[in-house]
Amino acid sequence: MGAGHAHRLYRHGHSPVHGLPPHTKLAATFAFVVVVVSTPREAMWAFGLYAVLLALVAYVARVPAGFLLKRLLIEVPFVAFAVLMPFVAEGERVEVLGMSLSVSGLWGAWNVLAKGTLGVAASVLLASTTELRELLLGLQRLKLPPLLVQIASFMIRYGDVITDEMRRMRIARESRGFEASGVRHWGVLAKSAGALFIRSYERGERVHLAMVSRGYAGSMPVIDEVTASRAQWSYALALPFAALVVCLLGWSL
Amino acid sequence: MHVPDGFIDAPTSAVTGVVAAAAVAVSLRGARRELDERTAPLAGLVAAFIFAVQMLNFPVAAGTSGHLLGGALAAILVGPFTGALCISVVLLMQGILFADGGLTALGVNITNMAIVGVGVAYVVFRGLVKVLPKTRRSITAASFVASVVSVPAAALAFTLLFWIGGTTDVSIGKVATAMVGVHLLIGIGEAAITALTIGAVIAVRPDLVYGARDLRQPLKLRIGGELVDAPAAGAGQPVAARTSRRTLWIGGLVTSLVLAGFVSFYASASPDGLEKVAQDKGFAQSAEKHANADSLLADYGVKDIDNARLSGGLAGVIGVGATVVAGTGIFWAVRRRRTDGAADVSPASTSV
Repeated sequence: MGAGHAHRLYRHGHSPVHGLPPHTKLAATFAFVVVVVSTPREAMWAFGLYAVLLALVAYVARVPAGFLLKRLLIEVPFVAFAVLMPFVAEGERVEVLGMSLSVSGLWGAWNVLAKGTLGVAASVLLASTTELRELLLGLQRLKLPPLLVQIASFMIRYGDVITDEMRRMRIARESRGFEASGVRHWGVLAKSAGALFIRSYERGERVHLAMVSRGYAGSMPVIDEVTASRAQWSYALALPFAALVVCLLGWSL
Repeated sequence: MHVPDGFIDAPTSAVTGVVAAAAVAVSLRGARRELDERTAPLAGLVAAFIFAVQMLNFPVAAGTSGHLLGGALAAILVGPFTGALCISVVLLMQGILFADGGLTALGVNITNMAIVGVGVAYVVFRGLVKVLPKTRRSITAASFVASVVSVPAAALAFTLLFWIGGTTDVSIGKVATAMVGVHLLIGIGEAAITALTIGAVIAVRPDLVYGARDLRQPLKLRIGGELVDAPAAGAGQPVAARTSRRTLWIGGLVTSLVLAGFVSFYASASPDGLEKVAQDKGFAQSAEKHANADSLLADYGVKDIDNARLSGGLAGVIGVGATVVAGTGIFWAVRRRRTDGAADVSPASTSV
């Protein structure tokens, strides 16, 4: 895919992290998140160390801190949920600033906030250093069913097309003086959604015919086979292994 | 409802991950049956549609707005397997690309939204369509009810997972009340939009709506002023479906046996939500013992076996066996009656 098709989260660059084979990065990210989730929540310092590790990766990948922090905003709904936890959870309670808070609720809120934020940051780093096409190739290399990878790649490729079609429909509605302001207008919007489905499905049929006429027989040819050397694997897995050391320390201390 | 990392503990996430992988494998097979070799482009485009339609905002009132979750919509438009597959792919891509929903919580998210959401919606929808008269209006009504039920069902599934492997001890009754309450409201909005959208598609291309296949009328020819059934073309499909239905049935049986007999070892031993609420509120004592309390399987354990895990697992296996026997018996009886009825009717209808 050309430059115009890069997704919004991707940041073009030539850092060592950008250059790693995609499946090593996927495996490393996943392993890192698993390690983070299985760390005991009482080991608060461990989460600080994880954050330092991620900051190190971001520095090597030359992803600016502002970019990373802005992407973390996707987590906000769950922050709201976490803030509520100390008020509704059971167990012994402590007085903080005149409010009665549950101890286990405070631990729970901390748990979700710390692990959730680290998970989101790791995914954001992965997405901002890996191109879409590479991600899909990486998923295929990690032995996901080829059909699933094909479906995912079609979804990604046509996601923008369908979204643009939806935007054109909105512009067409608005240029005819339509303004959705309440439940009364759902009928119109639902008709747009229905039309969008028909267009998407028919486009799928056309795409299939175009593929068949170019010799498609159930599997996509892999042109750019990616392989990873032992050095690249060890470089990528340095992150989860460092995290694992921290996690083991957290359990033993 | 995208669950982030750290919300559900690691063992539960792993188990739901296995469940989700199995479900994706089953729906890949099912989707191939529904779409054959067109699976990749069509399922991909439908997934892109779901992804786009989740961004379509429906204003509610005073600046607030909601959007579709799309489980019921996908199930009714393209069938349960393709629908579940598309939702799973959307969740996978949202997790990897947009950090929306944690990577370790992927299994939890797929189980809630793709398996429970789509599955419940489709079962309710099929049940209603069977009962209601075969009109377009009843398809729309059935899709409304299916989405009203499916969204709180997914919320309930989340509550269940939270109870098994939640990392905070919030009382399960509170979680259930809050989740189901909020999602009942969301479900009503979802249902209205889903029903309107299905109605819009049926009005233009009824052949594209998987759930409305029964509405198709057989082609009739008027020969000499009399309506005659046109000869049907292509009747090879049901045979293929039957063989794979058997594998699906065996797979489902093995899975439930494994879940009931083995995984239940690891299920929490604490009382369930209702029992807990009952204990807290003190009405547990007043409840009379169930009539079967003395029976062999009382409280999900086999009586004369001491090892708690073994006994619980055995009870699970026996329970699954009994359910399968009862279910198959009912299904068999219903099907036999229906085929008898059909045999009675068909000569009359051809003579008319």
